[in-house]
Amino acid sequence: MKFGVVTFPGSNCDYDAFTAVRDIVRQPVEFLWHGDADLKGCDLIILPGGFAYGDYLRAGAIARFSPVMKSVIDFANSGGLVWGICNGFQVLLEAGLLPGAMLKNRSLQFSCRQVYLRTENTTAPYTRHLEPGTILEIPIAHSEGNYYAPVKILDELEASGRVAFRYCSADGQLGDQFNPNGSARHIAGILNENGNVLGMMPHPERAVETILGSADGCRLFDSVVKSITAGSAKSISDQARVA
Amino acid sequence: MKAIVTVRLKPGVLDPQGVTISNALGSMGYSGVDEVRSGKIFELTLDNGDVAAVRAKAEEIADKLLANPVIETYTVEVQP
Repeated sequence: MKFGVVTFPGSNCDYDAFTAVRDIVRQPVEFLWHGDADLKGCDLIILPGGFAYGDYLRAGAIARFSPVMKSVIDFANSGGLVWGICNGFQVLLEAGLLPGAMLKNRSLQFSCRQVYLRTENTTAPYTRHLEPGTILEIPIAHSEGNYYAPVKILDELEASGRVAFRYCSADGQLGDQFNPNGSARHIAGILNENGNVLGMMPHPERAVETILGSADGCRLFDSVVKSITAGSAKSISDQARVA
Repeated sequence: MKAIVTVRLKPGVLDPQGVTISNALGSMGYSGVDEVRSGKIFELTLDNGDVAAVRAKAEEIADKLLANPVIETYTVEVQP
Protein backbone atom coordinates (compact mmCIF):
# COMPACT_ATOMS: atom_id res chain seq x y z
CA MET A 1 0.00 0.00 0.00
CA LYS A 2 1.53 3.26 -1.14
CA PHE A 3 1.06 6.50 0.81
CA GLY A 4 1.44 9.99 -0.63
CA VAL A 5 2.09 13.06 1.53
CA VAL A 6 1.29 16.43 -0.01
CA THR A 7 3.65 19.33 0.64
CA PHE A 8 2.03 22.75 0.37
CA PRO A 9 4.09 25.90 0.89
CA GLY A 10 3.78 26.22 4.67
CA SER A 11 3.12 22.55 5.45
CA ASN A 12 5.14 21.63 8.54
CA CYS A 13 3.96 18.11 9.41
CA ASP A 14 4.71 16.59 6.01
CA TYR A 15 7.99 15.10 7.23
CA ASP A 16 6.34 13.84 10.43
CA ALA A 17 3.76 12.00 8.34
CA PHE A 18 6.34 10.78 5.84
CA THR A 19 8.72 9.37 8.48
CA ALA A 20 5.86 7.86 10.50
CA VAL A 21 4.73 5.92 7.44
CA ARG A 22 8.26 4.99 6.32
CA ASP A 23 9.79 4.06 9.68
CA ILE A 24 6.90 2.94 11.89
CA VAL A 25 4.08 1.88 9.59
CA ARG A 26 6.72 0.56 7.16
CA GLN A 27 4.84 1.15 3.94
CA PRO A 28 6.02 2.80 0.72
CA VAL A 29 5.57 6.58 0.85
CA GLU A 30 6.25 9.51 -1.47
CA PHE A 31 6.01 13.28 -1.23
CA LEU A 32 3.55 14.96 -3.60
CA TRP A 33 4.25 18.57 -4.55
CA HIS A 34 1.38 21.09 -4.36
CA GLY A 35 2.19 22.37 -7.86
CA ASP A 36 1.98 18.94 -9.50
CA ALA A 37 -1.26 17.23 -10.42
CA ASP A 38 0.40 13.77 -10.39
CA LEU A 39 -0.61 11.56 -7.47
CA LYS A 40 2.07 8.99 -8.46
CA GLY A 41 -0.26 6.03 -8.13
CA CYS A 42 -0.64 6.40 -4.36
CA ASP A 43 -3.38 4.46 -2.58
CA LEU A 44 -3.84 6.99 0.20
CA ILE A 45 -3.16 10.73 0.14
CA ILE A 46 -2.30 12.52 3.40
CA LEU A 47 -2.92 16.26 3.55
CA PRO A 48 -0.62 17.15 6.44
CA GLY A 49 -0.67 19.76 9.17
CA GLY A 50 0.88 23.18 8.95
CA PHE A 51 -0.06 26.55 7.56
CA ALA A 52 -0.57 25.99 3.83
CA TYR A 53 -0.13 29.24 1.94
CA GLY A 54 0.31 30.94 5.30
CA ASP A 55 -3.32 30.22 6.19
CA TYR A 56 -4.02 33.60 4.60
CA LEU A 57 -7.69 34.53 4.21
CA ARG A 58 -8.89 31.37 6.02
CA ALA A 59 -7.02 28.18 6.90
CA GLY A 60 -7.01 26.00 3.78
CA ALA A 61 -8.79 28.55 1.57
CA ILE A 62 -5.90 29.11 -0.85
CA ALA A 63 -4.45 25.58 -0.69
CA ARG A 64 -7.77 24.22 -1.88
CA PHE A 65 -7.13 25.79 -5.32
CA SER A 66 -3.59 24.40 -5.78
CA PRO A 67 -2.98 22.06 -8.77
CA VAL A 68 -2.55 18.96 -6.60
CA MET A 69 -5.97 19.51 -5.05
CA LYS A 70 -7.75 19.15 -8.39
CA SER A 71 -6.33 15.62 -8.56
CA VAL A 72 -7.02 14.95 -4.87
CA ILE A 73 -10.66 16.01 -5.27
CA ASP A 74 -11.10 13.73 -8.32
CA PHE A 75 -9.33 10.90 -6.46
CA ALA A 76 -11.57 11.32 -3.40
CA ASN A 77 -14.72 11.50 -5.50
CA SER A 78 -13.80 8.23 -7.19
CA GLY A 79 -13.40 6.50 -3.82
CA GLY A 80 -9.68 7.10 -3.18
CA LEU A 81 -8.49 7.39 0.41
CA VAL A 82 -7.76 10.96 1.51
CA TRP A 83 -6.73 11.70 5.08
CA GLY A 84 -6.60 15.33 6.17
CA ILE A 85 -4.81 15.99 9.44
CA CYS A 86 -5.16 19.36 11.19
CA ASN A 87 -4.48 21.91 8.42
CA GLY A 88 -5.26 19.09 5.98
CA PHE A 89 -8.73 18.78 7.57
CA GLN A 90 -9.20 22.52 7.08
CA VAL A 91 -8.23 22.13 3.39
CA LEU A 92 -10.80 19.31 3.00
CA LEU A 93 -13.52 21.54 4.47
CA GLU A 94 -12.63 24.42 2.16
CA ALA A 95 -12.54 22.02 -0.79
CA GLY A 96 -16.04 20.82 0.04
CA LEU A 97 -14.92 17.20 0.41
CA LEU A 98 -16.23 17.34 3.98
CA PRO A 99 -19.07 19.54 5.29
CA GLY A 100 -18.74 22.41 7.74
CA ALA A 101 -16.07 24.96 8.58
CA MET A 102 -13.53 25.77 11.27
CA LEU A 103 -13.81 28.74 13.61
CA LYS A 104 -11.10 30.07 15.87
CA ASN A 105 -10.68 28.10 19.09
CA ARG A 106 -13.06 29.18 21.83
CA SER A 107 -10.02 30.31 23.85
CA LEU A 108 -8.64 32.32 20.88
CA GLN A 109 -5.33 30.65 21.70
CA PHE A 110 -3.18 28.20 19.79
CA SER A 111 -3.61 24.96 21.70
CA CYS A 112 -0.83 22.35 21.63
CA ARG A 113 -1.27 19.40 23.99
CA GLN A 114 -2.24 15.77 24.37
CA VAL A 115 -5.99 15.09 24.20
CA TYR A 116 -8.15 12.00 24.42
CA LEU A 117 -10.40 10.90 21.57
CA ARG A 118 -13.31 8.51 21.66
CA THR A 119 -13.63 6.41 18.53
CA GLU A 120 -17.23 6.78 17.34
CA ASN A 121 -17.06 5.15 13.90
CA THR A 122 -15.64 1.68 13.38
CA THR A 123 -16.71 0.99 9.80
CA ALA A 124 -14.39 3.27 7.80
CA PRO A 125 -11.00 1.91 6.67
CA TYR A 126 -9.23 4.16 9.21
CA THR A 127 -11.15 2.81 12.19
CA ARG A 128 -12.52 -0.56 11.10
CA HIS A 129 -10.01 -2.51 13.18
CA LEU A 130 -10.74 -0.59 16.39
CA GLU A 131 -13.43 -1.43 18.93
CA PRO A 132 -16.27 1.11 19.25
CA GLY A 133 -15.44 3.58 22.02
CA THR A 134 -11.69 2.97 21.86
CA ILE A 135 -9.95 5.87 23.60
CA LEU A 136 -6.88 7.26 21.86
CA GLU A 137 -4.36 9.70 23.29
CA ILE A 138 -3.19 11.93 20.45
CA PRO A 139 -1.89 15.51 20.44
CA ILE A 140 -3.56 18.57 18.95
CA ALA A 141 -1.77 21.70 17.73
CA HIS A 142 -4.04 24.32 16.21
CA SER A 143 -5.78 27.65 16.63
CA GLU A 144 -8.71 26.99 14.31
CA GLY A 145 -10.17 23.64 15.31
CA ASN A 146 -13.56 24.78 16.55
CA TYR A 147 -15.70 22.72 14.19
CA TYR A 148 -18.90 24.37 13.04
CA ALA A 149 -21.73 23.11 10.87
CA PRO A 150 -25.43 23.92 10.77
CA VAL A 151 -27.52 21.78 13.15
CA LYS A 152 -29.04 19.88 10.21
CA ILE A 153 -25.57 18.84 9.01
CA LEU A 154 -24.47 17.87 12.54
CA ASP A 155 -27.59 15.72 12.89
CA GLU A 156 -26.90 14.07 9.52
CA LEU A 157 -23.27 13.38 10.44
CA GLU A 158 -24.33 11.72 13.68
CA ALA A 159 -27.23 9.77 12.19
CA SER A 160 -25.05 8.35 9.42
CA GLY A 161 -22.13 7.40 11.66
CA ARG A 162 -19.83 9.94 10.09
CA VAL A 163 -18.47 11.39 13.34
CA ALA A 164 -15.16 9.55 13.52
CA PHE A 165 -13.84 10.89 16.84
CA ARG A 166 -14.97 13.09 19.71
CA TYR A 167 -12.83 14.81 22.33
CA CYS A 168 -13.31 13.15 25.71
CA SER A 169 -11.78 12.53 29.13
CA ALA A 170 -9.21 9.78 29.76
CA ASP A 171 -12.10 7.42 30.53
CA GLY A 172 -14.26 8.46 27.59
CA GLN A 173 -16.61 10.98 29.20
CA LEU A 174 -17.81 13.91 27.11
CA GLY A 175 -17.88 17.45 28.47
CA ASP A 176 -16.92 21.03 27.73
CA GLN A 177 -13.91 20.68 30.04
CA PHE A 178 -12.53 17.92 27.78
CA ASN A 179 -13.21 19.82 24.56
CA PRO A 180 -10.06 21.82 23.76
CA ASN A 181 -11.49 24.23 21.20
CA GLY A 182 -15.26 24.53 21.54
CA SER A 183 -15.94 22.19 18.63
CA ALA A 184 -19.63 21.45 17.98
CA ARG A 185 -20.76 18.26 19.75
CA HIS A 186 -17.11 17.67 20.74
CA ILE A 187 -16.29 16.62 17.19
CA ALA A 188 -12.59 15.96 16.52
CA GLY A 189 -12.88 14.17 13.18
CA ILE A 190 -15.47 13.39 10.50
CA LEU A 191 -15.85 11.16 7.44
CA ASN A 192 -17.45 11.67 4.05
CA GLU A 193 -20.47 9.61 3.01
CA ASN A 194 -18.41 6.71 1.69
CA GLY A 195 -15.90 6.69 4.53
CA ASN A 196 -12.90 7.14 2.21
CA VAL A 197 -12.22 10.76 3.26
CA LEU A 198 -11.28 11.42 6.89
CA GLY A 199 -10.56 14.84 8.39
CA MET A 200 -9.29 15.12 11.96
CA MET A 201 -7.69 17.92 13.96
CA PRO A 202 -5.48 15.72 16.23
CA HIS A 203 -2.15 14.49 14.87
CA PRO A 204 -1.88 10.66 14.75
CA GLU A 205 1.48 10.97 12.96
CA ARG A 206 2.87 12.64 16.10
CA ALA A 207 1.75 9.70 18.26
CA VAL A 208 3.49 6.72 16.73
CA GLU A 209 6.16 5.92 19.37
CA THR A 210 5.93 5.83 23.15
CA ILE A 211 8.92 8.17 23.33
CA LEU A 212 6.65 10.78 21.71
CA GLY A 213 4.16 10.43 24.56
CA SER A 214 1.81 7.99 22.86
CA ALA A 215 1.79 5.39 20.12
CA ASP A 216 -2.00 5.40 19.76
CA GLY A 217 -1.79 7.01 16.32
CA CYS A 218 -0.47 3.66 15.04
CA ARG A 219 -3.90 2.16 15.61
CA LEU A 220 -5.31 4.27 12.76
CA PHE A 221 -2.41 3.62 10.40
CA ASP A 222 -2.63 -0.11 11.16
CA SER A 223 -6.37 -0.14 10.54
CA VAL A 224 -6.17 1.57 7.18
CA VAL A 225 -3.27 -0.62 6.01
CA LYS A 226 -5.10 -3.78 7.10
CA SER A 227 -8.33 -2.60 5.46
CA ILE A 228 -6.70 -1.92 2.13
CA THR A 229 -4.23 -4.77 1.94
CA ALA A 230 -6.98 -7.21 2.92
CA GLY A 231 -8.99 -5.88 -0.02
CA SER A 232 -12.08 -5.52 2.10
CA ALA A 233 -12.57 -1.78 1.81
CA LYS A 234 -16.31 -1.68 2.30
CA SER A 235 -17.76 1.79 2.46
CA ILE A 236 -20.00 2.97 5.27
CA SER A 237 -22.91 2.97 2.84
CA ASP A 238 -22.14 -0.64 1.86
CA GLN A 239 -22.17 -1.60 5.51
CA ALA A 240 -25.44 0.26 6.05
CA ARG A 241 -27.02 -1.62 3.16
CA VAL A 242 -25.92 -4.93 4.64
CA ALA A 243 -27.37 -3.92 8.00
CA MET B 1 -12.71 50.81 -10.67
CA LYS B 2 -12.88 49.53 -7.13
CA ALA B 3 -15.10 46.91 -5.59
CA ILE B 4 -15.34 46.78 -1.82
CA VAL B 5 -16.22 43.30 -0.55
CA THR B 6 -17.33 43.14 3.07
CA VAL B 7 -17.37 39.64 4.59
CA ARG B 8 -19.27 39.01 7.81
CA LEU B 9 -19.96 35.94 9.89
CA LYS B 10 -23.54 34.75 9.51
CA PRO B 11 -25.86 35.65 12.37
CA GLY B 12 -25.68 32.95 15.04
CA VAL B 13 -22.17 31.79 14.11
CA LEU B 14 -19.93 32.16 17.16
CA ASP B 15 -17.42 34.98 16.77
CA PRO B 16 -14.72 34.42 19.41
CA GLN B 17 -12.85 37.56 18.28
CA GLY B 18 -15.98 39.66 18.64
CA VAL B 19 -16.65 38.25 22.11
CA THR B 20 -13.09 38.96 23.22
CA ILE B 21 -13.22 42.53 21.90
CA SER B 22 -16.56 43.01 23.62
CA ASN B 23 -15.11 41.77 26.91
CA ALA B 24 -12.13 44.11 26.50
CA LEU B 25 -14.46 47.07 25.95
CA GLY B 26 -16.21 46.16 29.19
CA SER B 27 -12.94 46.11 31.09
CA MET B 28 -11.96 49.45 29.49
CA GLY B 29 -15.03 50.98 31.08
CA TYR B 30 -17.33 51.23 28.07
CA SER B 31 -20.86 50.40 29.01
CA GLY B 32 -23.78 49.90 26.68
CA VAL B 33 -21.87 47.96 24.01
CA ASP B 34 -24.19 44.98 23.71
CA GLU B 35 -22.30 42.99 21.10
CA VAL B 36 -19.29 43.17 18.78
CA ARG B 37 -19.17 41.16 15.53
CA SER B 38 -15.92 41.11 13.56
CA GLY B 39 -15.54 40.89 9.79
CA LYS B 40 -13.17 41.51 6.90
CA ILE B 41 -13.02 44.09 4.12
CA PHE B 42 -11.34 43.49 0.73
CA GLU B 43 -10.70 46.34 -1.68
CA LEU B 44 -10.41 45.00 -5.23
CA THR B 45 -9.03 47.25 -7.97
CA LEU B 46 -10.50 45.99 -11.23
CA ASP B 47 -10.31 46.98 -14.87
CA ASN B 48 -12.74 49.77 -15.69
CA GLY B 49 -15.90 48.63 -17.35
CA ASP B 50 -19.59 48.33 -17.03
CA VAL B 51 -20.60 48.63 -13.35
CA ALA B 52 -22.84 45.59 -13.57
CA ALA B 53 -20.06 43.48 -15.09
CA VAL B 54 -17.56 44.62 -12.45
CA ARG B 55 -20.08 43.83 -9.73
CA ALA B 56 -20.72 40.38 -11.19
CA LYS B 57 -17.00 39.65 -11.30
CA ALA B 58 -16.47 40.83 -7.71
CA GLU B 59 -19.42 38.74 -6.55
CA GLU B 60 -18.01 35.66 -8.25
CA ILE B 61 -14.62 36.24 -6.58
CA ALA B 62 -16.31 36.72 -3.20
CA ASP B 63 -18.38 33.59 -3.69
CA LYS B 64 -15.50 31.36 -4.77
CA LEU B 65 -12.72 32.60 -2.54
CA LEU B 66 -13.18 35.60 -0.25
CA ALA B 67 -16.12 34.25 1.76
CA ASN B 68 -16.87 30.76 3.01
CA PRO B 69 -20.61 30.34 2.47
CA VAL B 70 -20.88 27.87 5.35
CA ILE B 71 -20.14 30.55 7.94
CA GLU B 72 -20.00 33.89 6.15
CA THR B 73 -22.03 36.30 4.04
CA TYR B 74 -20.73 39.15 1.91
CA THR B 75 -21.80 42.41 0.33
CA VAL B 76 -20.23 44.10 -2.70
CA GLU B 77 -20.08 47.84 -3.24
CA VAL B 78 -18.75 49.09 -6.60
CA GLN B 79 -17.09 52.51 -6.62
CA PRO B 80 -16.90 53.90 -10.17
